[in-house]
Amino acid sequence: MASGVREISYAEALNEALIEEMRRDDRVIVFGEDVGVFGGVYKVTKGLLEEFGPERVLDTPISEAAIAGTAIGAALMGLRPVAEIMYVDFLTLATDMLITHAAKLRFMSGGQVKLPMVIRTQYSLGRAHGCQHSQFLAACFLQSPGIKVVLPGTPKDAKGLLKSAIRDDDPVLFIESGVLYRLKGPVPEDEYLIPLGKCDVKREGEDVTIVAVARTVTEALKAADKLAEEGISAEVIDLMTIQPMDYDTIVKSVMKTNRLVIADDSVKTCGISAEVSAYISEFAFDYLDAPIIRVNSPPLPIPFSPQLEKQYMIDSDKIVDAVKRLVK
Amino acid sequence: MLEARRFEEMVERLFLVEGKLIGPAHLYLGEEAVAAGVIGALREDDVIVSTYRGHGHAIARGVSMKALMAELFGKITGTCKGLSGSMHSALSVEHNIPMATAIVGSGIPIACGVGLALKYRKEDRIAAVFFGDGAVNTGAFNEGVNLAAVWKLPILFVCENNLYALSVPHKKSFAGESIAARGACYGIKSFLVEDGNDVIAVYYAASKAAEYIRSGNGPAFIECRTYRKKGHGVYDTAWYRPKDEVEFWMKKDPIDRFFKKLKSLGIITEDEFKRWDEEIASILEEAVKEAEEAPIMPFDEMWDYLYVSGGARYGEWR
Repeated sequence: MASGVREISYAEALNEALIEEMRRDDRVIVFGEDVGVFGGVYKVTKGLLEEFGPERVLDTPISEAAIAGTAIGAALMGLRPVAEIMYVDFLTLATDMLITHAAKLRFMSGGQVKLPMVIRTQYSLGRAHGCQHSQFLAACFLQSPGIKVVLPGTPKDAKGLLKSAIRDDDPVLFIESGVLYRLKGPVPEDEYLIPLGKCDVKREGEDVTIVAVARTVTEALKAADKLAEEGISAEVIDLMTIQPMDYDTIVKSVMKTNRLVIADDSVKTCGISAEVSAYISEFAFDYLDAPIIRVNSPPLPIPFSPQLEKQYMIDSDKIVDAVKRLVK
Repeated sequence: MLEARRFEEMVERLFLVEGKLIGPAHLYLGEEAVAAGVIGALREDDVIVSTYRGHGHAIARGVSMKALMAELFGKITGTCKGLSGSMHSALSVEHNIPMATAIVGSGIPIACGVGLALKYRKEDRIAAVFFGDGAVNTGAFNEGVNLAAVWKLPILFVCENNLYALSVPHKKSFAGESIAARGACYGIKSFLVEDGNDVIAVYYAASKAAEYIRSGNGPAFIECRTYRKKGHGVYDTAWYRPKDEVEFWMKKDPIDRFFKKLKSLGIITEDEFKRWDEEIASILEEAVKEAEEAPIMPFDEMWDYLYVSGGARYGEWR
């Protein structure tokens, strides 16, 4: 391992990001359900209350609309709130605040206000949490321009993106992958930022472009390894931010590989992959040598049965199958 | 109050007689004493969270009628450059109104954030959030008022109870003794102003409440009972309200009563009143003329207001 790099978990990386940003800027405050004394149900806010005190780290009632609304109001007044909504599924209780207020306020005020706020949340697909605690829903926010949507897929990205999100002057919905919290990966010791609104080419390749995001990044990289054994060179692009989306990087990759597979945890209908696919079909059709394939879960609620859930989710094998259909 | 009255009368004419304005607009006609009394009792640096019935709040805070009118016309000279329209036209950061919501009840949780920021910075400013009687039945109301009470935030909750949520009378949609009593059940100091058309009574209650909040006691709550002179929105004739009820409230017009009082006390003469009224009329005439002549925002400029970091224009990769 390179010097100045250690292995820490995705949750630890997020925790470090929060601590560093709170030390750096006293406008950063954290609140949400069980984020204080308990340290967050997934320990992402562990130790914050002890270091920063109850004025900056606040446990809230079970009131998602009030949590999101409080973030908006605090941001309007120049603080940089980082509010936690425990599960993506609970975002629906705060969607008026996020979609109809946070995403619109700068625009509808004619640029008078800015909202430097982050809503942290996580989706638990892959942990047998059942219908009401596993949903992804990220693509829903693509119908709501004005709120940035960021989805880290590795510990390093989790830290760098969260730090950028906290420093960003626009509202950011930061969706973590619950299944990754314990995943360890290399994270630099020194401070670094990863810009919002940019894709990351995680692996370069020639024959096919695989676009992935959040949990599926790891699966796409595994698929690329398997494909390499069979002589197929796959380029893996991690979207990282889905709104605003960095289409340019995807287009450039497709110009090179002429084939595109998109794999994400949305259900297939109108998901993230549907948008990427439509964009490339509309604006870069001439560079395609084969149809685009989307690898998604079927449009069904998420089953509890761990065996059924495994079948429901996409994995590296499903991505490999899709690529093989394109590259014969 | 008189400016708000004349402004709304002009707006109504522009919609219904002249046909120059379209879209939703919710007039403050008849409720002027609430904005004047409450905002008059606040400091200018106190923060206001307004609503879609917000022209009266903005005018009471000193937002220019010309900028408001231009906003209603959707012009770049409007308070929000023509991007908000009537329902958010009160939003004016320089007047400490950073928010005017068109979703019933939604200003309440947002005011919690304003209050939290003021408390965190140990400022002696307070936040005041306006909402109607319909809002008190939303989940946002419960979540927001409860949070403010638990965290002892410096917020004045102002319920403008005009007795109707659009067409549904308060007594058909509200359970409990009164809205003020509902405030009290969160352990919040609550005031009921039964005659919310009496600007002095509103001012008195709001002053007491503001002083209480500013002394670090946490939030306070005021219910002001008032009445719309007209319908819910500008096109609504309010045919569903009983005649005797309408007559009862029309006799309690806040402006007639206040000026009668001022005249009887010798504070203002009939001539002075007329001169002032004419002055307002001429400002409004100019406001309409200027708004009609003003340009709209160039379409592509809208991208600049999507993100602070600049617009990501769709489909422009080549």
